[in-house]
Amino acid sequence: MSIEVNGKNVEWVDNETVEQLLKRMKYTFPLVVVKINEKVIPKKDFQITNIPDNSKIVVLHMISGG
Amino acid sequence: MDKEKSEKIRKKLKKSTIGIAGLGGLGSNAATSLARAGIGKLVLVDFDKVEESNLSRQYYFLDQIGKLKVDALKDNIKKINPEIIVETYNIKLHKGSMDGPFKEVDLIIEALDNAETKTAFIEEILTKFKDKPIVAASGVAGYGHSDRITTKKLGNLCMCYDELAKSSDDDILIAPRVILIANWEANLAIEVLLGEDK
Repeated sequence: MSIEVNGKNVEWVDNETVEQLLKRMKYTFPLVVVKINEKVIPKKDFQITNIPDNSKIVVLHMISGG
Repeated sequence: MDKEKSEKIRKKLKKSTIGIAGLGGLGSNAATSLARAGIGKLVLVDFDKVEESNLSRQYYFLDQIGKLKVDALKDNIKKINPEIIVETYNIKLHKGSMDGPFKEVDLIIEALDNAETKTAFIEEILTKFKDKPIVAASGVAGYGHSDRITTKKLGNLCMCYDELAKSSDDDILIAPRVILIANWEANLAIEVLLGEDK
């Protein structure tokens, strides 16, 4: 019953959404690209997408500059 | 060097098309590097004009101030190699139609400035093109810390990434680091197109 977030093992929580996971991980940064098992999750779906058990999650912070 | 190998690489690059979203410090420098590398076709997208302040890090010149970035950069690329096909789009990318100019390219380089647009662009490209590689960057501002920059590979998305860098809203953009990351993106693009050099 665990998930991997940015390479770290984290406890899996039943029915947790992407938004809740970001909050639990203290990823308060407003602009992120989130991938669950290689699939990109659009920001508009953060509230309605649940984190599956055993999934691998990558959260990338996007900051201005270019 | 192995002649056969260099010929194979030259041919493959000449057949390739790369799209670049944003022609600021990242995009303009990545584009000229890719032109020198012999990429056959470049698709350039930007809505802006060249300003004097851009000259501190972007691949433009004093006599180009006021010109559209797409036109100025096309001229500069043609001065490096007139054979390269350059397609330009003087447009602002809007959510929902960001994929438009990039339908036919082999690989996309994200070289946008604003974090919000970067995020929306990557999201939309990854959603709309299932197999198209995209090279993106985050953490360009500041100076030094070259070895904090890493490459993150996540399926089709390759990112030049420094998670400890500050936003350009809070930190200065200076040529060496911006151009380093621009070339990091260009180098990654070539690696993706050719496959890893063994």
